[in-house]
Amino acid sequence: MNWEPLILTFQLAIITSVLLLIFAIPLGYWLAFTRSRIKPIIETLVSMPLVLPPTVLGFYLLLAFSPSNTFGAWIDEWLGLRLVFSFEGLVFASMIYSLPFIVHPIRTGFASVPPSLIEASFILKKSKLTTLWRILIPNSRTALLSGVILAFAHTIGEFGVVLMIGGNIPGETRVASIAIYDEVESLNYASANAYSLILFAITFLVLLGVSLVNGQSLNRFWK
Amino acid sequence: MIEIDIQKNLNGPEGKLSLEINLIINERSFSTLYGKSGVGKTSLLRMIAGLMTPDAGRIVVSGETWFDSGESINRSPQKRSVGMVFQDYALFPNMTVLENLEYARLKNTPVNTVNHLLELMELGELKNRKPTTLSGGQRQRVALARALVQKPAILLLDEPLSALDNEMRNKLQQYLIDAHKEYELTTLLVSHDVSEILRTSNDLIVLENGKVKKRGTPVELLSGKDAGGKFQFTGEVFSIEKQDFIYIISVLIGNDLVKVVAEESEARVLNIGDKVLVASKAFNPIIKKL
Repeated sequence: MNWEPLILTFQLAIITSVLLLIFAIPLGYWLAFTRSRIKPIIETLVSMPLVLPPTVLGFYLLLAFSPSNTFGAWIDEWLGLRLVFSFEGLVFASMIYSLPFIVHPIRTGFASVPPSLIEASFILKKSKLTTLWRILIPNSRTALLSGVILAFAHTIGEFGVVLMIGGNIPGETRVASIAIYDEVESLNYASANAYSLILFAITFLVLLGVSLVNGQSLNRFWK
Repeated sequence: MIEIDIQKNLNGPEGKLSLEINLIINERSFSTLYGKSGVGKTSLLRMIAGLMTPDAGRIVVSGETWFDSGESINRSPQKRSVGMVFQDYALFPNMTVLENLEYARLKNTPVNTVNHLLELMELGELKNRKPTTLSGGQRQRVALARALVQKPAILLLDEPLSALDNEMRNKLQQYLIDAHKEYELTTLLVSHDVSEILRTSNDLIVLENGKVKKRGTPVELLSGKDAGGKFQFTGEVFSIEKQDFIYIISVLIGNDLVKVVAEESEARVLNIGDKVLVASKAFNPIIKKL
């Protein structure tokens, strides 16, 4: 059995979740506390991947990043990044696709920290950044953790977006879900089954982890 | 000196309220805001702290302008020298008692301040405990200690003792009084409790419908000036019993139950639970509804 697609899948999922965590903390903070008028629009955009067919997202990303149009050419030329049919492109597409799965728990976690804690921190002359780092994040650990796990699991399972923007390049964009499809097409059921079984088991364990975290059962390991 | 002259329209649970407060509070006074719930006491504290913005007016503390709608000055809470004890104490659950106090320390805070406060509030043995493992009274002391670390110009207390039982209250009132003296604070307390006010405060501000209705010393305002008694206490009517032609009224003063004789005309206006003043005028104690 070829382990490459599985390794690639986990590389993609880990990189995507870490980058998303860095990006989702400020975004979740903004969504939890802003009174800006554009909030509903940003909220909708963040949630879009929940309902948008992945192929639609993949199709537009493919168009946008194609080196044959202005934007794609600009990225290619100035940043040296080719985002179509490359691993970098997969990371970018996965981040957009899994964004709601991490932003929503983080935002809910931040919003459920009692306002008096935040106010007390401000009165103690602490900046918003210090308050975020020392009060909000530590007191929404479970939300952050379940957000990361959900984004991770969701990235492992994606298919449509990856196929559209990444294609099926071994070692570069051929992740496990694509490999399964490919093996079935070539009637290699045994190998498709091996990939599927591994993904099944891992997804089960990850979601079990989330429910344990949400049920506070893991709290004693954290305190 | 703290000058407050502010105006704010509030949408409270009991409908709209127009808060118009004009107050001058002397430095080192222990002032209490008194009034029914929903008259804007907490809102006033929040506006002083910078957590809420008045619609118009100014707040000047020791010559420093904290808020002035005319000149568009509105300092953030971080730039106001206030300490605040919240109704729910707002202790950081992710930190121990010691870490809560350390969090409040600024670069220029003397190193021994935290230790001194732990000692003053008798928290030494609890310093490595998390807030969730503490009792209400202990949390209140931590919250008070944390509010004092930065030696604020004003200490704001939002009904800090309301959730505690009587004995604990008495003890904590003493902590408040001690801290007020030792740290030379200007304290502004929100309280409903008459005995608490009489014990702690030297300045009483009665709010009604968003405005200052009365201002004076607590004894003066809570007892009425016409009593003129030498010995007077306030308490709560515990029971009323009729015996032949007279009534025996048991009054709870602090932790003591005191029996007072009253005539029918006096007893008729009293109900169990009423706040009353028990005073000795000449030799006969008189009892009067507050």
